[in-house]
Amino acid sequence: MIKTTAQKIYLGLIFIFLYAPIITLIVLSFNASKTRAKWGGFTTKWYAALFRNEQIMQALWNTLTLAILSALIATLIGTIACIAMQSMKRTSRAVLMGITNIPMLNAEIVTGISLMLLFLSFGIKFGFGTILLAHITFNIPYVILSVMPRMKQLNPSTYEAALDLGSSHTYAFFKVVFPDILPGILSGFLMAFTMSLDDFIITHFTKGPGVDTLSTKIYTEVKKGIKPEMYALSTIIFVTVLILLLLVNYTPKGKKKK
Amino acid sequence: MNRKLLSLPFIFWSAMFVIVPLCMVFYYGLTDKSGAFTFDNILAIATVEHSKALWEALKLSVISTVICLLLAYPLAMILCNMNVNQNSFLVLIFILPMWMNFLLRTLAWQTLLEKTGVINSILSALHLPSLNIINTPYAIVLGMVYNFLPFMVLPLYNVLVKIDKNVINAAYDLGANGAQTFFRIIFPLSLPGMFSGITMVFVPALTTFVISKILGGSKILLIGNVIEQEFTQTGNWNLGSGLSIVLMLFIIFNMVISVITDKEGEANTL
Amino acid sequence: MKNALVNLVNISKSFDNQMVLDDLNLYIRENEFLTLLGPSGCGKTTTLRILGGFETPDKGQVIFEGRDITNLPPNKRNLNTVFQKYALFPHMTIAENIAFGLKISGKSKSYINDKIKYALKLVNLDGFENRMPDSLSGGQQQRIAIARAIVNEPKLLLLDEPLGALDLKLRQDMQYELIRLKNELGITFIYVTHDQEEALTMSDTIVVMNQGYIQQIGTPESIYNEPENAFVADFIGDSNIIGATMIRDRLVEILGARFDCVDTGFGENKPVDVVIRPEDVELVAPEEGILQGTLIHSIFKGVHYEMEVMANGFEWLVQSTKMVPVGTKVGIKVDPFNIQIMKKPESEDEEAIGVNE
Repeated sequence: MIKTTAQKIYLGLIFIFLYAPIITLIVLSFNASKTRAKWGGFTTKWYAALFRNEQIMQALWNTLTLAILSALIATLIGTIACIAMQSMKRTSRAVLMGITNIPMLNAEIVTGISLMLLFLSFGIKFGFGTILLAHITFNIPYVILSVMPRMKQLNPSTYEAALDLGSSHTYAFFKVVFPDILPGILSGFLMAFTMSLDDFIITHFTKGPGVDTLSTKIYTEVKKGIKPEMYALSTIIFVTVLILLLLVNYTPKGKKKK
Repeated sequence: MNRKLLSLPFIFWSAMFVIVPLCMVFYYGLTDKSGAFTFDNILAIATVEHSKALWEALKLSVISTVICLLLAYPLAMILCNMNVNQNSFLVLIFILPMWMNFLLRTLAWQTLLEKTGVINSILSALHLPSLNIINTPYAIVLGMVYNFLPFMVLPLYNVLVKIDKNVINAAYDLGANGAQTFFRIIFPLSLPGMFSGITMVFVPALTTFVISKILGGSKILLIGNVIEQEFTQTGNWNLGSGLSIVLMLFIIFNMVISVITDKEGEANTL
Repeated sequence: MKNALVNLVNISKSFDNQMVLDDLNLYIRENEFLTLLGPSGCGKTTTLRILGGFETPDKGQVIFEGRDITNLPPNKRNLNTVFQKYALFPHMTIAENIAFGLKISGKSKSYINDKIKYALKLVNLDGFENRMPDSLSGGQQQRIAIARAIVNEPKLLLLDEPLGALDLKLRQDMQYELIRLKNELGITFIYVTHDQEEALTMSDTIVVMNQGYIQQIGTPESIYNEPENAFVADFIGDSNIIGATMIRDRLVEILGARFDCVDTGFGENKPVDVVIRPEDVELVAPEEGILQGTLIHSIFKGVHYEMEVMANGFEWLVQSTKMVPVGTKVGIKVDPFNIQIMKKPESEDEEAIGVNE
């Protein structure tokens, strides 16, 4: 009994530690006073202001298109790389997996500056394109690392059985192999999408003047003083993610009951 | 059709955007502005200014990693011992904050810790002495622990949850008490997850420039801040690259340890 | 009960409002090889876990050597468990695994080394000291798990389906090995399995369980030859279980034909179940049989033929070493000693306890 109470208190303390800043942000998003330190009464005006703020809306648009595009391209490249690696010899596969791990294990700042140096030396103009290239680069490993385990679990006999039953290689792949690795592809895509959404450091080094994502926008505002609209935006994002996660978590159970 | 050809886009992409850029860091780090070979950029770490920034970064990131480990281990153990249905929801709750923008979360801590911030308002209302850690190393450590704690919890949770309950039962069955079971069975079996967690916390903590900028004011410079300034303000790419190479030595050292201790890659989750 | 080593008294246990054990009483004699046998979910593993100390019963007591150990944690009990999937410590060598319990109890280095050597010899794995568990085959790991348990010289060894993951040949070898070990060590074994053949081969006593209740306790012979209800008859070996009427003592009517039997005390004209083992059904010329039928199916099984005879609307399972062509008209005869009469379950509840799996 004492043990479980102590455990609950510990969980509670960690919970407070993790959520204190998030609750602060949510409270501030309803604060009528423009300074963070004072509570000036309840308001929803920042939410209205948010949708009128073109800079923030543009940054949001950039962030979302970057995340979707980079995740899609990374998923495509990563998935076909996994299919290829499956039919490779052990050593060449190990080499490719080693390369996959480089951006994962390397510090983001080093990845960022290395890409910056590349674009500089080749005279590529910094802007949306360079950020997209960078995001695809750090997203590919997440796709490969979530598709590869699925690939390894595949029972090769099912593919051979499909061929044995007279289907072509392509047909067998899309009807037999693809459905099996699809969950891995989807989770790889989602992971790539979130990583791209949340990235700041690599974007910071590969973005050009005038192009901003939400993260870089916030970073520039840190110096000048953050606009309350940002708090409103972060509250909306948090609530959206919370609802999505709850949906994802609770729908499979409902299916099982049926 | 040769299936191996499908790896060409990936190989091309990795060569172009992973290998070549890394080589460029080395090229710039080992040459001066005129392109002549030199070790000066790397040896620049020995100057008082740079070595202080590196030392400070090492100190704070080691402290943060240790605190993360001490906080995360009990947390992961508790989460593992909860029954399965609660599990996914509880784990979710502890990962959810990661979906909030990293900069905004750090910024929120600034608001909380400020001299006239939320925490001090509460403390003064309770007639308690105020807490002045903003713009000090303490605030930076707090920001690091806050941001990187989930990276320690996840791999630990993943190894702990995989330990066969019967292996633990077998230890009790053979006469071991709770502490003996922990130190002889659970702890050694959780080492791969622990090392993976240490890498995942230590590397971003050592190289951060954002947390130190937001929570440390402009007074405390970490090695990450120095490198960032060389690239975005001073424009001395050679020096920045040279310092990055030094930084990479620490990262490689850390990677080697994690590869040795996690042969099967079972703790890698993110 | 005098020399009972373990006594389970009125044990009840439920998980999430699901009754797993209901008022279970059982005693285990010293030096006995007792098997808990039943289908999955019958409560046999829970019983073992209560003995091992990994579960606490909701009600009832566990008495071990005259002492109540119901609430004693596993590490304080003078018994050891061999787990289903071996549960060897994966980060320790074989020697370290075996030494674990001895080190905990503070035995001297030389004693431990002697014990490791002795235990490895006992399970026929000399020289495996420095191997790691994952380099061993399933059967070898199993033997190490047994060695790890017995070096502590427990009074009682609990074995939870220890041979379940092994293939048939290895399982048979290990069965003999276990019997040998038990005889050499003089330890009491409690063995859990769902494999009736395993139970019949190794045990001194078999406890047949279903849905949290004990169905029958007895020697392998009595369980096989005199099952007390349809569940036991059905679970142990193949059998013909037929609804019948007890005309009077020593006479039973099966499918409209009257058979002599040896059972008494079931009353007159009472519905009963009869069990007849397939090897006890004799096929004779039609006019010599009590029942007449047609052979509809025959498979060669090596030692014998397995056949089905349709007689009076029932498919009789028959085993015989003589070949009879399909389609032959045959007579059926059963020796009175080989007809086992069982009480019919009176209520539907009892029926559920008895027959459902």
